[in-house]
Amino acid sequence: MTAVPIGWFLILGSLLFSIGALGVLIRRNVIIIFMSIELMLNAVNFVFVAFARQLHSLDGQVMVFFVMTVAAAEAAVGLAIIISVFRNRETVNADEFNLLRW
Amino acid sequence: MNTGVFVLLATLLVVAALGVVLARSPIRSALSLVVALFFLAVFFLLLDAQLIAALQVIVYAGAIMVLFLFVIMLLNLQEHPAEMARAGLRFLAGTLASLFLLATIYFTNRSGISNAQGMGAIPDGFDSTAQIAERLFTQHLFAFELTSLLLLVAIISAVVLAKKKLA
Amino acid sequence: MHEAITHTAVAVSYLWLIPALPALGVLVNLSLGALLGKGAVGFIAPGTVAGGFGVALYCLVQILQLPPGSALEQTLWPWISAGNLQVDIAFRVDALSAVMICVVTGVGFLIHIYSVGYMHDDPSYARYFIYLNLFTCAMLILVLADNLPLLFVGWEGVGLCSYLLIGFWFDKEANASAGKKAFVVNRVGDAGFLLGTFLLFWSLGVGTHSLSFQDIAAHAKSIPLDTVTLITLLLFVGATGKSAQLPLYVWLPDAMAGPTPVSALIHAATMVTAGVYMIARLNFLFVLAPATLTVVATIGALTALFAASIGLMQNDIKKVLAYSTVSQLGYMFLGVGVGAFSAGVFHLMTHAFFKGLLFLGSGSVIHGMHGEQDMRRMGGLRTYMPTTYRTFLIGTLAIAGVPGLAGFFSKDLILAHAFSSSPVLWLVGLCAAGMTAFYMFRLVFMTFWGECRADEHTKHHIHESPATMTVPLVLLAVLSIVGGYVGLPEMWAWGNRFDAFLAPVFAAAQGGEHHMEMGLEYALMAASVGVAVGGIALAYVLYVARPELPGQIADQAAGAYDLISNKYYVDELYDAVLVQPALKLSNLLWRVVDVGIVDGIVNGSARVVGASSSFWRRWQTGNVEHYAVSMLFGAVLILVFFAWHSS
Repeated sequence: MTAVPIGWFLILGSLLFSIGALGVLIRRNVIIIFMSIELMLNAVNFVFVAFARQLHSLDGQVMVFFVMTVAAAEAAVGLAIIISVFRNRETVNADEFNLLRW
Repeated sequence: MNTGVFVLLATLLVVAALGVVLARSPIRSALSLVVALFFLAVFFLLLDAQLIAALQVIVYAGAIMVLFLFVIMLLNLQEHPAEMARAGLRFLAGTLASLFLLATIYFTNRSGISNAQGMGAIPDGFDSTAQIAERLFTQHLFAFELTSLLLLVAIISAVVLAKKKLA
Repeated sequence: MHEAITHTAVAVSYLWLIPALPALGVLVNLSLGALLGKGAVGFIAPGTVAGGFGVALYCLVQILQLPPGSALEQTLWPWISAGNLQVDIAFRVDALSAVMICVVTGVGFLIHIYSVGYMHDDPSYARYFIYLNLFTCAMLILVLADNLPLLFVGWEGVGLCSYLLIGFWFDKEANASAGKKAFVVNRVGDAGFLLGTFLLFWSLGVGTHSLSFQDIAAHAKSIPLDTVTLITLLLFVGATGKSAQLPLYVWLPDAMAGPTPVSALIHAATMVTAGVYMIARLNFLFVLAPATLTVVATIGALTALFAASIGLMQNDIKKVLAYSTVSQLGYMFLGVGVGAFSAGVFHLMTHAFFKGLLFLGSGSVIHGMHGEQDMRRMGGLRTYMPTTYRTFLIGTLAIAGVPGLAGFFSKDLILAHAFSSSPVLWLVGLCAAGMTAFYMFRLVFMTFWGECRADEHTKHHIHESPATMTVPLVLLAVLSIVGGYVGLPEMWAWGNRFDAFLAPVFAAAQGGEHHMEMGLEYALMAASVGVAVGGIALAYVLYVARPELPGQIADQAAGAYDLISNKYYVDELYDAVLVQPALKLSNLLWRVVDVGIVDGIVNGSARVVGASSSFWRRWQTGNVEHYAVSMLFGAVLILVFFAWHSS
């Protein structure tokens, strides 16, 4: 019933994704980086639902269901990692997590 | 849904999303994210995905975001003076994000679907939870079981990671 | 004659026990030896060998009851299955193997018992018995094997144990290098053995081959003469290594670095006779190559003379016995080389008795003298160690060929066969027999007669050995006397039962049966007795009646004396011709090829990687943001690529 063509939805999803990516890149607080990642995931979900509506296929919505589950698992593990890192280094600044170097 | 409603909701959604990325305080970021998730839920409703919309509110805004807020408060994170990345990196990130956006817009335009006249009517029962459930438990059963395993692993790892190391 | 003898095989299920019992001893002592303590170790190790001896005797009785030519067989499982090579783990006991397993387990058991006393104060008691049991197991596999590859397993197994036991007291470098020398020299022979086996398999022709002795016997006649000569020569190279013949004998005298019971078991009674056994086992192959047999007989005779002459001048009691062993092994090869396989095996058996006795006796002397091995510091021991002296004297009489003792019959048999083959070989053997009588009685006189030349402290502590050591001595002395009576000369009493018993095994070799005239046989016998008595008398004159004479002789014939007492400089020759060039070449390969080229390539490639890594690692900032930017950059690149590509 909607009069808006799918292209608009796709561009909106892409915009959200870009904003999320920007957040990942420019913030240094790992929790905000993490939330930006959630935003990117949601942008993808949004595109999935839009395509499901356009193509009359419920598989898109099922996929969103899985993405949400993964996101929940990821949030649980990710936040646990952040807590244990914070406990060791007293910071959540991504710049200071550079042990990967060399 | 007409164009006016779409533009209005989209504007609010983008503002909330920018709030996530640009807010100095982690709490404000988190709250902006909650707002953005709600607007997304509204979009899902408008796209006849009632179940997803409900899950969005319950799981994301309800569970995951509470977890985020909880961690932020637990770690007592304040505004940080050196919060943003260096200017060079910011510029690079902005350029890349814009390029990404432009590329997707280009693809959308070229494929022609942005010119279609709306999405048309939905088939019978498209918006029913029963149909999604049927898909989930027949065609995607294996993935569903794997997901439950994933959640189990996540629970265990979260416990292992977050608990204090024994000396 | 060949067809007249039935070659029936009886399948039995107990043969595996014979090698498995000593193997069990190895396992138990290896895993629990430290826990059980010396008493239990000293009980388990001889006990398992005694069990093996029991089964071996049972096998012998079975063989005796079955019709001549029968054999006991047990196939355990398929071992190597590759193309037309199908080798089984299979054991087979015929008359020859029955004699061998009885000798190995019987003499082995006595030496195990003896070791309980001899090694009593050694800290590595359990390790010693583990090696000794392992050796017994390998030796039994060698003599029980139904096929050449399995025989080779035992062959290598005894070689390994020999190495381990020669270097048993490895904290002295001389002992460790003696072990290494034995191992390396044996490898030369083993290479020949392996090549011979390969060539044999290759020349057996089409069809599936198990390399079992029956299989080889069945197809041997189809092999061309040149090939069979080459095969047997290569196998004989293996025998010269294992049985210490010219030119590979050099390891055996050095092998005396091991504990004396080891010298008795491995380097006198059993392992060193493996070469003789192998040739006797493959007699059907060797008789097809007369040229090889001539080589075997010649090498045997020369070794007998050569080693005996070195033995004349040695002052270390064990070295004398070592050269004597080399010499006696030469007799055995002389025997098999002239086609008298059963005579060779007969001498193998009697030699196991009296040489085992002599080594154990010398061990008893060394034990009583607290490790002294130089005969110049012995003398007069017969009053201190009466049992050792008497048994040792019996062994000496036996080896010297005094009539009535075991060595007389077997040596005489070999010499008689040698005479009918070639009087020259007989003469060489006779000279060696005279020397044997001389150096053995020189040993007896220097050790047991005259005044004791040891220092007061040692003299004070000389004592007779404990019963665990003297009882085996007595038993072996009895065997050294009666062991010869199974093989009397043809014209006496019951004749040569031993030869009759083994005859089916050597059926292929007895085409040219010869019966010597009785007069000639008595003449030969008289000659060897005369030579033996002459040797003994000379030894008496030189070392008892007029002890100043040896020194004068040495002064007058200084050149010959130096040559012989330095063992003909063979070790020095090998060192100059083989060892030093090999060392130089190895040094070259090490410093230039290995360090310079091989290591250079390896280290060089590592350095190149390292250098490039130290450049490229700057790319890895360790900064999460940079990685995230790279990812996004990559995503954009992909999109741009598609946009470009699909437009």
